[in-house]
Amino acid sequence: MGAAYIIALLGLTAAAFYLGRARGAGLRTSGARAHSLPVYHGWYTGLAAAIPMLLVFTLWSPLAPRLIEHRVLSELPAALQPADDLARAAVLRDISNAAQGGALADQASPEVRQAAATFGNLTSASDWLRLAAGLGLGVFGLVWSLPQVSREFRARNHVERVVLLLLLASSAVAVLTTIGIVASLLFESLRFFAQYPWYKFLFGLQWSPQIAMREDQVGQSGAFGFIPILGGTMLITLIAMAVAAPVGLLSAIYMAEYATPRFRAIAKPLLEILAGVPTVVFGFFAALTVAPLVRAAGASIGLDVASESALAAGLVMGIMIIPFVSSLSDDVINAVPQFLRDGSYALGATKAETIKKVVLPAAFAGIVSAMMLAVSRAVGETMIVVMAAGLSGNLTFNPLDAVTTITVQIKTLLVGDQEFDSVKTLSAFALGLVLFFFTLSLNTIALKLVKKYREQYD
Amino acid sequence: MDATAVSRADIAASAPVKVVARGVDVYYGDKHALKDVSVAIPERSIMAFIGPSGCGKSTFLRCLNRMNDTISICRVTGSIVIDGADIYDTAVDPVELRSRVGMVFQKANPFPKSIFENVAYGPRIHALAATKADLDAIVESSLRKASLWDEVKDRLHDSGTGLSGGQQQRLCIARTIAINPSIILMDEPCSALDPIATARIEELMEELKQNYTIIIVTHSMQQAARVSQRTAFFHLGTLVEEGDTTSMFTNPREQKTQDYITGRFG
Amino acid sequence: MTEPVARTLRMLPPKPTGFSGADVQQRLSQRRRADARFRAYGLAAIALAILSLFLILADVTGKALPAFTQSTLRLDVPVTSEHVDASAPKAGDYEATVRNALRGLFPEVQSRADRKALDSLLSTGAADALRHRVVADPALIGQIIASKALLSSDADLYVKGVSAKVSTAAGVGAAKPSATSGAVTLDLAPDALAGVLATDLAATTTAAAAPVTLDTTTPSLLLALNGGIVKITSLASGKAEGEILVPLTTADAAAAGAWRHILIATPETSRKINDRQIAFLELLADKSAIERHFNFAFFGRGDSREPELAGILGGLMGTAYTMLVTLGLCLPVGVAAAIYLEEFAPRNRLTDLIEVNINNLAAVPSIVFGLLGLAVFLNVFGLPRSSPLVGGLVLALLVMPTIIIASRAALKAVPPSIREAAVGIGATRQQAIFHHVLPVAMPGIMTGAIIGMAHALGETAPLLMIGMVAFIADVPGSPADAATVLPVQIFLWSDLPEAGFQSKTAAAILVLLAFLVVMNGLAIWLRKKFERRW
Repeated sequence: MGAAYIIALLGLTAAAFYLGRARGAGLRTSGARAHSLPVYHGWYTGLAAAIPMLLVFTLWSPLAPRLIEHRVLSELPAALQPADDLARAAVLRDISNAAQGGALADQASPEVRQAAATFGNLTSASDWLRLAAGLGLGVFGLVWSLPQVSREFRARNHVERVVLLLLLASSAVAVLTTIGIVASLLFESLRFFAQYPWYKFLFGLQWSPQIAMREDQVGQSGAFGFIPILGGTMLITLIAMAVAAPVGLLSAIYMAEYATPRFRAIAKPLLEILAGVPTVVFGFFAALTVAPLVRAAGASIGLDVASESALAAGLVMGIMIIPFVSSLSDDVINAVPQFLRDGSYALGATKAETIKKVVLPAAFAGIVSAMMLAVSRAVGETMIVVMAAGLSGNLTFNPLDAVTTITVQIKTLLVGDQEFDSVKTLSAFALGLVLFFFTLSLNTIALKLVKKYREQYD
Repeated sequence: MDATAVSRADIAASAPVKVVARGVDVYYGDKHALKDVSVAIPERSIMAFIGPSGCGKSTFLRCLNRMNDTISICRVTGSIVIDGADIYDTAVDPVELRSRVGMVFQKANPFPKSIFENVAYGPRIHALAATKADLDAIVESSLRKASLWDEVKDRLHDSGTGLSGGQQQRLCIARTIAINPSIILMDEPCSALDPIATARIEELMEELKQNYTIIIVTHSMQQAARVSQRTAFFHLGTLVEEGDTTSMFTNPREQKTQDYITGRFG
Repeated sequence: MTEPVARTLRMLPPKPTGFSGADVQQRLSQRRRADARFRAYGLAAIALAILSLFLILADVTGKALPAFTQSTLRLDVPVTSEHVDASAPKAGDYEATVRNALRGLFPEVQSRADRKALDSLLSTGAADALRHRVVADPALIGQIIASKALLSSDADLYVKGVSAKVSTAAGVGAAKPSATSGAVTLDLAPDALAGVLATDLAATTTAAAAPVTLDTTTPSLLLALNGGIVKITSLASGKAEGEILVPLTTADAAAAGAWRHILIATPETSRKINDRQIAFLELLADKSAIERHFNFAFFGRGDSREPELAGILGGLMGTAYTMLVTLGLCLPVGVAAAIYLEEFAPRNRLTDLIEVNINNLAAVPSIVFGLLGLAVFLNVFGLPRSSPLVGGLVLALLVMPTIIIASRAALKAVPPSIREAAVGIGATRQQAIFHHVLPVAMPGIMTGAIIGMAHALGETAPLLMIGMVAFIADVPGSPADAATVLPVQIFLWSDLPEAGFQSKTAAAILVLLAFLVVMNGLAIWLRKKFERRW
């Protein structure tokens, strides 16, 4: 039915467009110039038909099912009336399944079948009514707009206003996304904190989200202490940065200061390829190649390494971030004005001395912000740690142990069939909220720093 | 004495007045860029605006087709009347105005499209041609009027950006002529051209003068003296002196004008 | 800007007293060495990064290669009416038909355990090809059909030499078995298996003279002679005891070179395939019944629990639908937003806010977008879980900032003179932008869009949140069907314990990387082709 409506909408709009354009073109034969081109008159009448039809569709479509559900449920006998929202959803699912002749439709009770029949009738009536109302208003829009087409009529200005509104609405999508993220994270987190005190979350030293089925189960305490996860995240991030920061920065320095154009032309695309490798591939590499290697290397010198050691995940994450650090630092180093270098060379400094004592101090703010962005990237990275890091929240700083991270826990808590209301599921949103604000503040500070740095040399 | 009255009296004998500006002030944000400019411009003649850089001559030129509207911080007060109608009246559509007041820019700016498309674009958006044949005719006559036809008639579908600088500028003039304006504004049209290309544009202006009112901003006093019938001298955002070109260059009324045309500053 | 230079002056070493002398020369050469060292560090860093890239690629490629071929067993299958009813060919028991054909090759195999081992060589989908042929042409019932039966993953991996370390060598001297079935003693030339004893089994030997005992925790040694296979349980110089896995045709002595030994270095307990299955495979290989083909099915099937039947078509189609939704949403909306912000937005605090917001959104961890999708698209709007529709929506929001930023840069690069030219002859601002600015900016916008789409193509984490991780064997037919995408398929397979899935995972990664290479290549080509200087 939705498809039929959309076809009707497109058809009427096209018809209105052609009528309007033809009328606009007719103006020309009578001599003097019209204000707007025929095509704008076409757009004007087309929009006049399409907008009311779209409005009917967007208002009707979410509203009608609710009314129908309410009506159908009210017809059910009292014994079948659902007690809560969950039961209500289940009953409605049965009815809709029976109405569509789904797999178990034959087994439905007569009451449900009766309700299903009502449901089907109401739904189809609603669909027809929606089509009739939409077409009626659309045709009205066309009939209203068509006589306006005249030599003086400023169709172009009207159409351009609508286009401008569309452009504005598009740029609002980005803002809506942010609002959506913040609102959904906050909303679900508040529900979590209503069931679990926030101070225990923020400062708790134990993370074991499994909730005990029986009293005597050990370790199934349902404790949501954030500290072990934070520790694990920091540990892996630290290892990653220990790899990515020096390697990325030194690469950038070589690229910006020493490399010949030919070397750059080869090395830069290769680093870009490394940057473009999907994280799931790094995860595969970490879990199936690096982790066993690290374990074997540890065993050969008598160290007991966990098979999901922080070291393996951190090392591979470091490799992933190298091109990120190097391309950001490269930009920053290139932005250092040449006259500073010339000043140093003129005093007889070598290239390395110039870089260490002039270029890097001048680019310091930019490099710091690049590192902050890299840290934010490492903290938010999911697939490598999901595939190569552990699940249990050990509070340790031994890189050979298995630790867990914020993103791993979010994934673990939410993947699989979960009811949406359990504390366990909601805790994932609290973790998401922490992750979002942590990376947001890092990014904000980093972007501010870089802006300041840019202004310094503009 | 009211400058408009003076120039009107001057003009009255020769030609009807096309443009009358009265008390025009322009602000860019807080900056007062143009102060109380009043001037009258005769029909079918060439008027030159001269003055040192930043004196406001280009700003004033851009007021005449409301190009300043595209700069959001720019504010214009006063009145500019073209053909008896105030162009800053709220009822005036600046887009419609610009189809009557064409503009040629300092740097030739052909669209990155074919020569034909460059010229045909204006007639298309203003629905000046009912058929393809009409459009072809408009393109040809515009290119002829811009004395470019003979050079490009065999490569109308080559890119306009492939022409030489002088040819590009003439293409821009042809593009402006194609929308059949009554006024053509030229903002230092020859500043990026060599002397030979400049001479061709000047010749062209001489011909166009028969049918169009041309207002040109120029850095070169020689050019103003060569091509224009009337000249206005701007300095620091004010109109210092305005009048018949010959008398202004031989016998300026103001000391400042004297200093500028003799090269004491500028 | 003189201040930093002044700082440099302070930081430089104190001025030497003279320009000659050993002291100065020494300092100079020291500084030169330091310079060279620093340069070498930089080069080493780049080399390390690039080396990691090649390591990853080589590792993945090496692991992926076995997945691109597939082993089948050539069998002459009698399709009898006992198993397949001509009136309902679809319902026939083709599995039993194929199984019986294989058993027919080893008529002497009778015990349950042996039969089980033999049957397990075949994939559960071994009869699929036969079923298709017979259903298409029921006249085949009652005939013997030359058919190709798919091997199970474990057998396939053994044939490819992936799952166990196997070395085979022709026998030295004659070998004389004492029986044709059951327990057997073999008379061998004294040094027949000396090499095996000395090197491969050295670890299991305690004393040089004592016989070596072989069991499930040691390497296995099989002898192929007289058309059968003997498994050695105890080995001494010139003598071996064993158990016959596949009966021999005679108890005659096999001449030198007419028998061979097969040493499987991986102990039986640490591999998926047992010695009995290996014995059958070796004999089938001797009959040249095992063939290897390019694995077309890998690209033509959906997911499966059986590694040899699993393909990436489901993931590919899921990716295609998801990308379609993403592109259809984020390209028009992203470009429209960029046009508004670059060309129309008034310079005020609201615009600044939108800009800061877009820059920050570009750096939000992707998993957070997954949480948004879960909370808003699934729970509030009630859109179908696991569907490419929701996946596409989430990814569209994810790459929107990238596309907006790239499009704005492309629009900004169009010189203002183009806009002025159009406006100067009476075009409206919108006409100037849509007729002139946008076409010029289009290559830049498309480059940004392709890079954004490549990013979306490799994205995994947010899709896990909206349930695209379910096991789905069917290839999706519309954007509203439950589906998975290629990167998620990779993640799912990498988690499975079966050895066969490891190479499938790596092969899926290669396919994904191939798409990314094509997309990035396209972007680079676009950038090169339409690069314009003003």
